[in-house]
Amino acid sequence: MSTATSTTMADGPDGSEGPEGTSEPDLPRPTGGVPDSGDGAWRTLVRGISLSPELRVGLAWTVVLALVATAGRAIVPVAIQQTIDGGLGTNGAGVDLVAVSRIVAFAAVAVLITALASGWMNYRLAAVVETALSNLRVRAFRHIHDLSMLHQATQQRGSLVSRVTSDIDEISRFMGWAGLNLITAVGQLTIATLVMALYSWQLTLIVLVVFVPFVLVARWFQKRLTVAYRLVREKVGDMLGILAETVVGAPVVRAYGIEHRTQTRLDGRIEDHRRSAVRAGTLSSLFSGSGELFGAIATAAAVVAGVWLGVGGEVTAGTVLAFLFLITLFVDPVLIASEVINEGQTAIAGWRRVLDVLDLEPDVADPGEDGLELPPGPIGFRFADVAFRYPRAGETARNASGPFVLTGVNETIEPQTRVAVVGETGSGKTTFAKLLTRLMDPTEGQVLIDELPLDRLRFASLRRRVVMVPQDGALFDGTIADNVRMGRPAATDQQLELAFLELGLSDWVEELPRQLATRTGERGGSLSAGERQLVALARAYVANPDLLVLDEATSAVDPATELRLQRALAGLASGRTTVTIAHRLSTAETADEVLVFDRGRVVQRGNHHQLLEEGGVYGALHASWVRGVGDQG
Amino acid sequence: MRRGLRVIGIALRGAPGPFAIGIGSAALFAGMTVASAFVLGWVTDEVLLPMMATGEIDRDVLLLAVALILGVAVLKAVGVVGRRLGAYFAQFQLQARYRRDVTRRYLALPISWHRRHPTGELLSNANADVESAFFVAAPLPMAMGASLLLVITGGLLIVTDPGLAAIGFSIGPLLGFANWFYQRRMRHAATVAQQARADVSEVAHESFDSALVVKTMGREEAETQRFRATTEDLRDKMIRVGRLRAFFDPVIEALPNIGILLVLLVGAFRVRDGFLTPGDLVQFALLFRLVALPIRVFGWLLGELPRAVVGWDRVSRVLNATGDMVHGRASGDGAGGAAIGMRDVGFHHPSSERGDLAGPDARTTPTGAPQPMDGAPERGPDAPEDRTRGIDSVSFDVDAGRTIALVGATGSGKSTIASLLVRLYDPDHGHVVFDGAAVPDLARDQLARHVAIVFQEAFLFDDSVRDNITLGDDFSDAEVEAAATLARAHGFVSELPHGYDTQIGERGATLSGGQRQRLALARALIRRPRLLVLDDATSAVDPSVESEILRGLAEADLPATVVVVAYRRGSIALADEVVFLQDGAVAARGSHDELLATVPAYASLVTAYEQQRAEDAAAAAHAQPPAEVPE
Repeated sequence: MSTATSTTMADGPDGSEGPEGTSEPDLPRPTGGVPDSGDGAWRTLVRGISLSPELRVGLAWTVVLALVATAGRAIVPVAIQQTIDGGLGTNGAGVDLVAVSRIVAFAAVAVLITALASGWMNYRLAAVVETALSNLRVRAFRHIHDLSMLHQATQQRGSLVSRVTSDIDEISRFMGWAGLNLITAVGQLTIATLVMALYSWQLTLIVLVVFVPFVLVARWFQKRLTVAYRLVREKVGDMLGILAETVVGAPVVRAYGIEHRTQTRLDGRIEDHRRSAVRAGTLSSLFSGSGELFGAIATAAAVVAGVWLGVGGEVTAGTVLAFLFLITLFVDPVLIASEVINEGQTAIAGWRRVLDVLDLEPDVADPGEDGLELPPGPIGFRFADVAFRYPRAGETARNASGPFVLTGVNETIEPQTRVAVVGETGSGKTTFAKLLTRLMDPTEGQVLIDELPLDRLRFASLRRRVVMVPQDGALFDGTIADNVRMGRPAATDQQLELAFLELGLSDWVEELPRQLATRTGERGGSLSAGERQLVALARAYVANPDLLVLDEATSAVDPATELRLQRALAGLASGRTTVTIAHRLSTAETADEVLVFDRGRVVQRGNHHQLLEEGGVYGALHASWVRGVGDQG
Repeated sequence: MRRGLRVIGIALRGAPGPFAIGIGSAALFAGMTVASAFVLGWVTDEVLLPMMATGEIDRDVLLLAVALILGVAVLKAVGVVGRRLGAYFAQFQLQARYRRDVTRRYLALPISWHRRHPTGELLSNANADVESAFFVAAPLPMAMGASLLLVITGGLLIVTDPGLAAIGFSIGPLLGFANWFYQRRMRHAATVAQQARADVSEVAHESFDSALVVKTMGREEAETQRFRATTEDLRDKMIRVGRLRAFFDPVIEALPNIGILLVLLVGAFRVRDGFLTPGDLVQFALLFRLVALPIRVFGWLLGELPRAVVGWDRVSRVLNATGDMVHGRASGDGAGGAAIGMRDVGFHHPSSERGDLAGPDARTTPTGAPQPMDGAPERGPDAPEDRTRGIDSVSFDVDAGRTIALVGATGSGKSTIASLLVRLYDPDHGHVVFDGAAVPDLARDQLARHVAIVFQEAFLFDDSVRDNITLGDDFSDAEVEAAATLARAHGFVSELPHGYDTQIGERGATLSGGQRQRLALARALIRRPRLLVLDDATSAVDPSVESEILRGLAEADLPATVVVVAYRRGSIALADEVVFLQDGAVAARGSHDELLATVPAYASLVTAYEQQRAEDAAAAAHAQPPAEVPE
């Protein structure tokens, strides 16, 4: 009898027999980014639960409580049956009030016990689920940070965020409501079946037979619902995408007066989403209607068979009546379980997305404990036959086949050199910086720091000694002091002030509304682009690295400030190596060495004066820069 | 509770058609549910008991019983499908409608309002908040149908046996009290949990957005700790919500059962005394079970209400937000560039201390107290030290067709002036003038047609290159190409896989910063505005390309007044005049040469490179003379 039950339960949610059933989760899809493992719902559930061992803590106990709790649902029908058969004297013996009182008293106690069990189970479940999901959130968060920039870049940022937020929220909602319902539904189904079988195996058999076609119908719906809900999710994504664009791009929308066009686009996506959701809802409604019909067919069959068996003396009237109650107890959980699985599609898809991101191997991995430490003191570095090409989808850095961004770079930089890197956009300057700071690994060749291979260095050691200031001085919402302190968490306020003083920025800080306690706003939005760069520089400065890489880190400040900073940084360059990427050639003029990049190669090297004499690419760059800053108009 | 009813009222009015279908179907379902109880009662009394007593099967009666059961079931199924369809249609119609309304507000509210609300908050408002506000639509038809059921069954019970009915209904007030208590507690718990959820989202957003900094500073562990703290806060609040539910659910489940048992007990007495037949009692018990159902449905509805109220409050805050810019009807038409000016204009950006959805106080507000759901209702007057810098009193005029450069140190207010000129903000005091008219008098479309700004941070839409330039307006291919050529974008666009039809992805992620800036410039140029404002719009462009662009602009003889925010002397050289800003005020004005000669602060700002080069030259006396010696 439990065959029908387990079929519904095990295969219903799975649907994995379809072509999208199983595939290797680790094989990236051609779409790039986080591969969609396409795991079936059931497999996802199993994998998800196995990845969160907290979910299994005391699971047996929870299930016991669930069974007790659901058993409570059979109490009332049984009590009615007992009363009718034993107390009301339908068999002609007259009303037995003592018996009725006893039955009611027993039932009342049972109701209380099951209520307690149900409450306790909910209580446990809430704690277990939320704890497990909170840990999963943190794990996914850390994992995403461990992924390389390349991996991160292939994803829309919003999509990465959703993996630690809404995706997991969905699981929480699913586990909190639906998961609970699923457990109780399974319990209720089991118990209803058992009780029915105790009353009459013949009637039970008939009910089960009636439900066989229902299982087929359910599967038919299940398949279509899976597709329908997937479409809904896609439409939600589309809608959020354009919504984000509208919000982030508000100034442009306003300045160009394209509100109407933007609204039309938004309305379109909103309507698309509505349509897809209504379609899924329609399918789901029809499905529950069919459940209602099957319930009635089972009832009718039970009445006919009950009368027939009753006349033959096989069952009593009370048994048949109890059966009619029990059939509702049997039908409800089947419907609820199906619904839970339908509504759970979103949650399971979310879970799958979280698991998929956890499956991604970090391609620029920290060697960790086995790694090497950088010896103390100034550091030099060497690029040995380095080439880089961007990996296409599914490739790693080492077998990348995209166009070459950098080729044949062979350069050695002695410790304590001030290096300027110049070249046009797309010449490979930034790639050079990213390889040097191991934000990416080269496709060919090796980068060595102090003759140690970069990819063997522990991150803890590397990140302390080698610091890069990116072009967009990304700030966190907090005070300026908070942001600078990221460079050195232990720094005191005095040390921070000193840092700004040494960088020649005290007067700038003084003019801020609350000096170092001034808030930077979301993503530093309360400061101008130039001011954000000043903060980012100070942050790198307090980190006190031995190799400082500046990637156009002063492009947005005014010339006077830039020069002031450069002088400050130059004074601080003693004892450390600096690599500065800049398109303002003022930096190159003061550097010890200038590396000139052109189309992915280093085409010239030397100091400013040597290069000026050589002319070539540098000469042209310099000439155009001088025109820019020097023309008297 | 009253606010919950208001949300329900808004929902009902918002989708009357689907709700009518849903509620009608729910009524049908309710009626058929009652009917099915009657059918079963009738089956008990007329089919089961007599046939078993006599041992004879009356085939016709049995068939009638089957037909009744199935007939009622078909109608019931129709009711279920209709009810759920109605609920879905209503729910999604409401969601779509309020999403449209909320986004319309986003598009209408001023930029200063946008600045006060983090991106993540606005996203979740149009998405999650709208959704939670109208989740309530799902159980609504069922609850309405159920209340009908309650009335019908209540009536029937009273008719069958008033005394017994009174006993059964005595659990009603108990249920009501339990619900009320639950609501009180849940509303607060749900609110703080929702806020914690928003916090988690914000930390994740910020952290992933700054992934580069996190990596280069080796902050992964510190960030993980920060994220863990907010996550665990959310966890604790969710557990609290779960525990409340754990307490409430069993109570609401057990009370009706207790009621049935009471009815059974008392009913047995009534049967003994001959007031009731056993069949009546069965029917009574069944009916009573039916009463329990609507009560449970109300439980679900009430369970959704706190969330719906929280969601609706957040939504209506956007819908009711004020401060829309009012536009006049004046035309900005005219030949050539417009004469523009500022008269004693002062503006300070609102403080960056944003009031978020629920400030720290709200999180600790005791149960039941009205929650300041947003906390960011319009902020009171800012304390002076709260205000970031802006401009204090700026006045200047630019004659039609002239080009001026706004020059000043980092943070001196240049971008603020640029934004005010194109009316992204309205000044706190003073006037911005366009061709003799106050800018607020210009009609909305006139302003957009005649004024264009290019920001330093070029924002591109997830769309084709062409659409990013035209923004959906009617421009010929030749015009697009001409604008792109002038912005020096035509070259790289032609090399893209599909040229102007290439899709550029989220925020133009596939392009470099300089390329994005050039497309943004083309977008402005193609409109042939009468006022063109370039806010450091070529900062990421290679210097050689930049000078080409600037020369191109000068030679193209645009029919525009141009305001350039710039540092580089190449850009300044393009200008007829320079307005030099210091600390949010105009410090000097004149030609570049005049200022250079008479304003030392200006000279030291713009000639910094040359001075340094001169120093270097002096220092490196042995080396060859520098390329040229300015000044």
